[in-house]
Amino acid sequence: MTGITLYDKLWNEHLVCAEPDGSALIYIDRQLVHEVTSPQAFEGLRLAGRKPWRISANLAVVDHNVPTAGRDQGIADAVSRLQVETLDSNCAEFGITEFGIHDPRQGIVHVIGPEQGAILPGMTVVCGDSHTSTHGAFGALAFGIGTSEVEHVLATQCLVQRKAKNMLVLVDGQCEPEVTAKDIALTIIGKIGTAGGTGYTIEFGGDAIRSLSMEGRMTLCNMAIEAGARSGLIGVDETTIDYIKGRPFAPQGDSFEQATKVWRDLRSDADAEFDVVIEIDAASVKPQVTWGTSPEMTAPVNALVPDPEQEKDPVKRESMIRALQYMDLKPGAHITDIRIDKVFVGSCTNGRIEDLRAAAEIAKGKKKAASVKLVLVVPGSGLVKRQAEEEGLDRIFKEAGFEWRDPGCSMCLAMNADRLEPGERCASTSNRNFEGRQGYGGRTHLVSPAMAAAAAVYGHFVDISAMVEKSPRAPTNPAASNGHGKQPKPPKKAVKPATSGNGSKQKQVTKAAAKTRMPAKSKTSNTAQPATQQPENAKGRNKK
Amino acid sequence: MKPFRKINSRVVPLDRPNVDTDAIIPKQFLKSIRRSGFGPYLFDEWRYEDRGEPEMDCSNRPLKQDFVLNQPVYRNAEILLTRENFGCGSSREHAPWALSDYGFRAIIAPSFADIFYNNCFKNGILPIVLDSAIVDKLFRECKPGNNLMVDLEEQSITTHFGETIHFEIDPSRKHRLLNGLDDIALTLQHAEAIKAFEAKRAASAPWLFAIPK
Repeated sequence: MTGITLYDKLWNEHLVCAEPDGSALIYIDRQLVHEVTSPQAFEGLRLAGRKPWRISANLAVVDHNVPTAGRDQGIADAVSRLQVETLDSNCAEFGITEFGIHDPRQGIVHVIGPEQGAILPGMTVVCGDSHTSTHGAFGALAFGIGTSEVEHVLATQCLVQRKAKNMLVLVDGQCEPEVTAKDIALTIIGKIGTAGGTGYTIEFGGDAIRSLSMEGRMTLCNMAIEAGARSGLIGVDETTIDYIKGRPFAPQGDSFEQATKVWRDLRSDADAEFDVVIEIDAASVKPQVTWGTSPEMTAPVNALVPDPEQEKDPVKRESMIRALQYMDLKPGAHITDIRIDKVFVGSCTNGRIEDLRAAAEIAKGKKKAASVKLVLVVPGSGLVKRQAEEEGLDRIFKEAGFEWRDPGCSMCLAMNADRLEPGERCASTSNRNFEGRQGYGGRTHLVSPAMAAAAAVYGHFVDISAMVEKSPRAPTNPAASNGHGKQPKPPKKAVKPATSGNGSKQKQVTKAAAKTRMPAKSKTSNTAQPATQQPENAKGRNKK
Repeated sequence: MKPFRKINSRVVPLDRPNVDTDAIIPKQFLKSIRRSGFGPYLFDEWRYEDRGEPEMDCSNRPLKQDFVLNQPVYRNAEILLTRENFGCGSSREHAPWALSDYGFRAIIAPSFADIFYNNCFKNGILPIVLDSAIVDKLFRECKPGNNLMVDLEEQSITTHFGETIHFEIDPSRKHRLLNGLDDIALTLQHAEAIKAFEAKRAASAPWLFAIPK
């Protein structure tokens, strides 16, 4: 018998009943709720005279519409205010725990869930938000749903689903110190495309993934949806368990010990088979900057803006032309010559403590460039904000001329007052560079927190390799994930000359099969085993 | 939910890949706590010259004349023809609400993003996946007056030229759409199985059912 993947284990564990046509009823352990995608679901319950099936499975928070400044004056926008108040009244009516706007634990739904220990390995987790994939970092099956499904979960604690296929993205080797989970995520999306993961659950494995902190793992799984996969997954190890221990919603004492015995099995079996395997050499990943209007339009910072004329596929070429026109960029321009107007550090992708530390490392003792109009630093939650202030990060930001705000989704999607004006160009640590995403006519370049802070200081994108060598950023190794101590920095290689085009160099290490959906060939030449204590279970083979 | 059986309609060609749900319905309209009224704001940034705001009267807003929805020949079309990965990005169900409120009943594309695809079925919209070569051909043939007939029961599309194209759809989704069934009521038919599953799970993983203080 061949082994099974983590996704298959989680699926089997939650199967209530299967239909002959392949659809199945899946039990949901946790639902996170926010104000934007829930009002119509609660209204649906009321109209049908239904009650929530298991009230304590739900945890609600306001995040999308909340102001990040002057919060004690309330929400100025009446439509936003009504939506926030509607969540308050719905939670009160149905008895659901909610972190309201003035709760110190309030923050972005995908930051507060893990922070509270409300996300546990082995859970199924849903939320009316596509970035629910974040929680796969805990070995939980987590995916975004629509509002009708939010109502369905409230009413039945179940969802009708079809099983996805299994994809493994193996990132082996060691990243350069300036390379973060964000850069790994963008590199993967650049390689497989925004639809590359459609119909799959992506499990991330390999030693570069194992050495990520929980914050980094959340960043990576968060962006799985930008590759088209509803769920990202990372197997449980000691990093996972250490993160959960002692958090308010997590089991305590004997119950915690009992749970960890189960959790430690939540990884793919060594001989599990995946439908597709993508391999990436961690050492080849560079700090990324997106140049277009889709997260797949990404390139290393030291590269050039690609030329649509080099693209053979006419549909793709046309969308590249459109994107460059919208972004007001010329093919062949150096990415490091792109000047920016605003900077946003925050979001469910990069609004956690480690992200703020990375931005602060770069900003320390420096000032934002005079040409940069605004640098917003928006912590992911009230608790992240408090911790950052205890570490003095807020002072670093303020001294650099950055704005230090209250927690929320903010300018990731600009539902509140934080937004770009038409034509403004932003270096953003968020997850989507779609047209108008950060404000009508706004132009978004997705980057890591350190890259965003560097862009704020210089007024244009810079290759942070040299800066990081001088001042190593906050550690991303699990040994130091609690912020205690630093990891010794691996020897730094010389920076390679700029490549032209859209990360073409990286394509060499990709199994070509990914794009065509053909089963990849078996991995024959296994390189050195990862030097971790935890055997990397996800060294799966492909289907024959 | 309105059952879907058969439609015969003109077709709007939206020749762009990766149309995201932010483009289908921009974020400012997500502040509504209602399920209806999104149609006038469908593709707002592509459709109007000015910046749309919630509850705005759209009847006098300046139109982007070259955007396909603004061309009079495509008025009242119920079928949208588009390119791969339609509906990517945000999970917002406001996207199918806006499409449905505008009047679209079927969307044809080489592929859809998963969450959007799922959301369509909850709102009486039929998303049809066809081979990209066939989609190419439909784009070439898509001219005002060239209607398509979509028959869900038969799983077929009949073109203006009499050609019949078969499409796949999974049987349970087809059944629900044909009959306009309420998903929640169907699931609640399994209430006993859900309760039994839950009891078993509470015994094997009690920490999942503990209520924090």
